[in-house]
Amino acid sequence: MAEPLLSVDSVSRRFGGLLAVNAASLSADTGRITALIGPNGAGKTTLFSLISGFLKPSAGTVRYAGHDVTREPPHRRARRGIARTFQIVQPFAGLSVRENILVGAHLRHRARAEALALAERVGRDVGLGDLLERPAHALTVAGRKRLELARALATEPQLLLLDEVLAGLNPSEIRDIIPVLRALSARGIGVLMIEHVMQAVMSLAEYVFVLAEGRIIGQGSPAQVVANPIVVEAYLGHGAAARVGGGHVH
Amino acid sequence: MRPFLPIVVVVAALAAVPLFVHANVVLNFLVVTLLIALAGQGWNILGGYGGQYSFGQAAFFGTGAYTTAILQVHYGVNAWIGFAAGIAAGAAVGAIIGTLTFRAGLRSSYFALVTLAFAEVLRIVASVTPITGAGVGLLVKLDLHAQAFQFKSRTVFYLVILALVAVSLVIAQLLERSRFGAWLIAVRENEDAATALGVDAFTIKLGAMVLSAAITAAAGCFYVQYFLFVDSSIAYGTWISIEALLTPIIGGAGTVFGALAGALVVKLLGEGIKLVTGDVPGLDLMIYGAVLVLVIRFAPRGLVGAFTDLRTRLLRRSKPAPAGEVAHG
Repeated sequence: MAEPLLSVDSVSRRFGGLLAVNAASLSADTGRITALIGPNGAGKTTLFSLISGFLKPSAGTVRYAGHDVTREPPHRRARRGIARTFQIVQPFAGLSVRENILVGAHLRHRARAEALALAERVGRDVGLGDLLERPAHALTVAGRKRLELARALATEPQLLLLDEVLAGLNPSEIRDIIPVLRALSARGIGVLMIEHVMQAVMSLAEYVFVLAEGRIIGQGSPAQVVANPIVVEAYLGHGAAARVGGGHVH
Repeated sequence: MRPFLPIVVVVAALAAVPLFVHANVVLNFLVVTLLIALAGQGWNILGGYGGQYSFGQAAFFGTGAYTTAILQVHYGVNAWIGFAAGIAAGAAVGAIIGTLTFRAGLRSSYFALVTLAFAEVLRIVASVTPITGAGVGLLVKLDLHAQAFQFKSRTVFYLVILALVAVSLVIAQLLERSRFGAWLIAVRENEDAATALGVDAFTIKLGAMVLSAAITAAAGCFYVQYFLFVDSSIAYGTWISIEALLTPIIGGAGTVFGALAGALVVKLLGEGIKLVTGDVPGLDLMIYGAVLVLVIRFAPRGLVGAFTDLRTRLLRRSKPAPAGEVAHG
């Protein structure tokens, strides 16, 4: 079997006495949406930082497109095609929406005209077409989430790491953005998303990894995962699986 | 070509000044103002666009000044070659300080303090080393010929420094519309987010520092040709670090014309008040302080920023703009 686009092999990350990620392994592949779920504090964002290069693992390897990228800095991984969004949005607040996206677009397009054209196209794709001249700090939460997504997409990634892009959005905003995400994977982009909104995970993800206390405690299709008693207990506490009878959690 | 039109207009207007004004005192004032504007534009590349506030532009100014002075005085090198060597030496010092500070991950006030420290170390070393003339300084031989980069007429000096300033304005304008500039501004706004988008923040900041150092070093080289004298407190003194950072902040950090506008306003105010009150020592620094406070309070994006806002507002009033349109400069 061919190697998946991203394969994380038993990575660990220790912060002093705290083992935030403990020998976690997962993989993600082109053209499909993979979800990473888990209770608060499970280490999901730390694991994302290990994949995108903002943190170096204490042990384990990260392989991307056939290369060992474990020791590579984040900007080099971005050049290889890994893009990430931040859970706490990080807009370039003093710049316009267009200029924000332009920074990403320049990664593969040195010429300003080309990069501007790409930025505009990406902006429209994520529904920011009318707000391109707006300063980034004037956007709503939903707008900022879209901007995070747009900037990452402008780097023309093959693997997109989405850290809770749906958090803080209302149901109608979530309904608006789900087709955008689905279209990305239809275009062949591999998506790995951290998500708490289970409705979105159930409808979007083909494969789900569950992280709890730094370890992958379950994986499978969304339906398999929510039926897994270990997963239910991780979310709801010891004995919960028996009480809900292994039924649906949400 | 259209983005360069404002530069052409401003430089042409300044170039026309000697046609109307012949008083040496005015030309001298303008030469010094443009010298500060040039040093300030160097700071502006790194601090204004890159958000890395250097308190040690003196390190580059002084290295440029000493390099050309030493080459001329001790080695009889041609002044123009000395000028080029001074710029190169300033850029090299920028590369060294930049590599050390950025490799160490220094940001904001730590970066500012360490750059200040580098400049101070250089000042102390220059004040005791024989080759720099130690405490006495270096006098460049008077030789009023163009091939020695010295001119009988102040007008020529004025046009030379104006040309250097014009080049620095063009550099800033090119920067604003380049990938390097977009990435540099992104690093200023949010370094982590820029890194996630594939920006190699270290290389970008280092590049900006080298460019910044080269421009400020050019101002130092010009200083030597104009005054024919340099010592450690001029070359590496904190005065130039302060003026190089105050003028663009007052004028508008991260704008093409910020350093020039700031230098003109600050120097005009300083000279004007000196005329009224006589030459009270330290008064110019008090003026800078007062202007800085006023600008930060009432025009946080500097004079150029305030002007842009004003123009936008006036344009809005004359024709109602469509909703959501925001101009920015």
